Amino acid sequence: MGIQGMELFAVGVVIILFVAVLKQFGILEPMSMEDSSDSDLELSTVRHQPEGLDQLQAQTKFTKKELQSLYRGFKNECPSGLVDEETFKTIYSQFFPQGDATTYAHFLFNAFDIDRNGSIRFEDFVIGLSVLLRGTVNEKLNWAFNLYDINKDGYITKEEMLAIMKSIYDMMGRYTYPIVRDDAPFEHVEKFFQKMDRNRDGVVTIDEFIETCQKDENIMNSMQLFENVI
Amino acid sequence: MAAGVATWLPFARAAAVGWLPLAKKSMPKPPSDNKSRNDEILIVNVSGQRFQTWKNTLDRYPDTLLGSSEKEFFYNEETQEYFFDRDPEMFRHILNFYRTGKLHYPRHECIQAFDEELAFYGIIPEIIGDCCMEEYRDRKKENLERLAEDTEAEMATDAPLPPDSTSRERLWRAFENPHTSTMALVFYYVTGFFIAVSVIANVVETVPCRPPKGRVKDLPCGEKYSLAFFCMDTACVMIFTFEYLMRLYAAPSRCKFMRSVMSIIDVVAIMPYYIGLVMPENEDVSGAFVTLRVFRVFRIFKFSRHSQGLRILGYTLKSCASELGFLLFSLTMAIIIFATVMFYAEKGTKETNFTSIPAAFWYTIVTMTTLGYGDMVPNTIAGKIFGSICSLSGVLVIALPVPVIVSNFSRIYHQNQRADKRRAQQKIRLARIRLAKSGTTNAFLQYKEHGGLEQDRHSGSQALCVRNRSSFEQQHHHLLHCLEKTTNHEFTDEHTYSEVCMAESVGYRTSRSTSISSHQGLSTSCCPRRAKRRAIRLANSTVSVSRGSVQELDTLHIQKSSIVPQSRSSLNARTQDLKLNCDDTDFTAAIISIPTPPANTPDESLPSSPGIPSILRNSRQLGDCSGSFTHETVKISSL
Repeated sequence: MGIQGMELFAVGVVIILFVAVLKQFGILEPMSMEDSSDSDLELSTVRHQPEGLDQLQAQTKFTKKELQSLYRGFKNECPSGLVDEETFKTIYSQFFPQGDATTYAHFLFNAFDIDRNGSIRFEDFVIGLSVLLRGTVNEKLNWAFNLYDINKDGYITKEEMLAIMKSIYDMMGRYTYPIVRDDAPFEHVEKFFQKMDRNRDGVVTIDEFIETCQKDENIMNSMQLFENVI
Repeated sequence: MAAGVATWLPFARAAAVGWLPLAKKSMPKPPSDNKSRNDEILIVNVSGQRFQTWKNTLDRYPDTLLGSSEKEFFYNEETQEYFFDRDPEMFRHILNFYRTGKLHYPRHECIQAFDEELAFYGIIPEIIGDCCMEEYRDRKKENLERLAEDTEAEMATDAPLPPDSTSRERLWRAFENPHTSTMALVFYYVTGFFIAVSVIANVVETVPCRPPKGRVKDLPCGEKYSLAFFCMDTACVMIFTFEYLMRLYAAPSRCKFMRSVMSIIDVVAIMPYYIGLVMPENEDVSGAFVTLRVFRVFRIFKFSRHSQGLRILGYTLKSCASELGFLLFSLTMAIIIFATVMFYAEKGTKETNFTSIPAAFWYTIVTMTTLGYGDMVPNTIAGKIFGSICSLSGVLVIALPVPVIVSNFSRIYHQNQRADKRRAQQKIRLARIRLAKSGTTNAFLQYKEHGGLEQDRHSGSQALCVRNRSSFEQQHHHLLHCLEKTTNHEFTDEHTYSEVCMAESVGYRTSRSTSISSHQGLSTSCCPRRAKRRAIRLANSTVSVSRGSVQELDTLHIQKSSIVPQSRSSLNARTQDLKLNCDDTDFTAAIISIPTPPANTPDESLPSSPGIPSILRNSRQLGDCSGSFTHETVKISSL
């Protein structure tokens, strides 16, 4: 009846309290232990040191001073020597506060992360910059093609281009003039393909891309734009 | 944007190459970058300690002093470094901010010094990192509170009233600060005494007294000596009512006063009496009347005007309202839970006290506060187990918020102690500061006295009387002198000024009569005694001109006419005493700084003078000395 129920309950409570006291004395070890301590060690030891200054100088077109300056900035921001994707997205998003730059940052990250190991080292960073700032026009165009080609199979499909285009329009955000229409990326992609896709096979290859760009005066002129960034 | 962002900007711009093939329109030209691209190491010298850093590091925050061109103002061409005459210890933190992007607050530094450094370098305190932000905020709040206390203490209370306050203001002051006048102090103590009397009477009237003849039962004293108690009560209520009405009259803002806690306590203390007077001796109503008498005990709260400690307690409770609320809430929860459990545990027992859950509340409260009266006791085993858990948890629940309340009380109490100590020391501090300040003014006045203002007339003897002045002092005195010349008034000290004020209120009357009637005799006859008194004082007056100058106003009145005739030489003689070299005296509208006239002049009979009409003060020209106190130039104005 009610009486026995309450007594049972009381006895249950007493047992629980007893167990709690025993735990305090360390007699009864709790079951969940081992896992949490080790995992923290791994992250902290991940660190990367770049190759020597001379090797980097050989690989890129920067002067020693420029490399030193670049590395100082890089090391200041990322003491561990590696930039992972989240950090990269955060940093890049700060330049485009009005819109959402995360998707484009993701593509950009993949473009920089040459060996696809999920983090950008200083070498990747500096090599990418060298191409962008000191490379020939062809090299730059190659780099751009690599950026658009998401799966790195050598062809830009309409879907890939659409994804890139959408991510770029996302960076604009909502408050634009005129307002970004929903089909704006799609239209842009169509125009792009009309221009680039010579043989109308629905994909753009690297040769088509470079050929078309070389014929376009605007594009060629604008390639010099960012030379003085560093 | 954070520092790091500036580092990544070139990278983001480079990555924009990816947009170029897609662009619909042609790209704009990049900004021309004419500053040197080479990063260089800058040397920043802060009070001798040299800090070196990359230029880029400082450029990260272009809206601060070091990041903008403002630092060029501090550039030292010879040593090719930026020199700042500031604290090098603090600069370390500032520079670290540039380097790491996070501003840390050094705990051992004074918060105001830190704030000043931040303000100098153009860094807003809001960017202090989260690690140090709390500490910074706490210290800042503490500091502000202390400063507010200081200013309050300064502004409050013991400063002398402006002379033109109404009786109402004086009354209010007397009530608020009884120490200001004896009457107020007397009243304060009298009210305190009557509060005590009233409370004691309330207590004593319930004590059983021996029954009067013919009765068996013990009577409470209130009924035995009802008339005496009634008279005492009436007297107290009279006093309280009178006090309340006086306060109401004197209060600067009656609405605010009526809403204040103390006035509500006053009203509650005296209302029962009046209601009792008004109510009939009805049996039904007298129950309510008896309840009203309970409120008379609130008179004890009137003591909080007299006791600082009570006020602190009240303030503490108010400031711990949230902790008390939490205590109450958690207790209520625990009470309900345990009462329910106990009720169901004891339900089976016959003749149990736990008749319902609300009945079990009493048991729970008594147990949780560890009172344990023993009027309700569990009998079953389950009940006993839960009862013991209840009492253990009661101790915990009550103990938890108590330290918060205690620490609050301690903080407020210490604050008050500090405030009292500070107030006591304030007078000494202010006196010392005033002395130091007056030292500067006195320096100027003394300098004037000793004829220093005169452009090196008697430079040799000047050196004797004028003490050595630093170049700062010289320039300062020159500035003050320029101001005097601009406004045609002279500086003086407050003693002289107050004397002049008094004298003017007198002199106004006398001089007005003078101007109206233009009879010298009138002025003397109006206040011969005063003049004589002044004259006697004059004889004792010392070198400091300012002391004597007020009397001079009146005596000058009197002896205006006598200036020209015989006193000229004597005046001359006097000038020699007072001013070592000079002779010039400036008349100003503020005071007359002419030398003290001789003691004997007021007693002389005044020759009738051509009535000097309404007299104007005029500033004399410098260098017009040696007895040229002509009538035309000596004009004293009556204001």
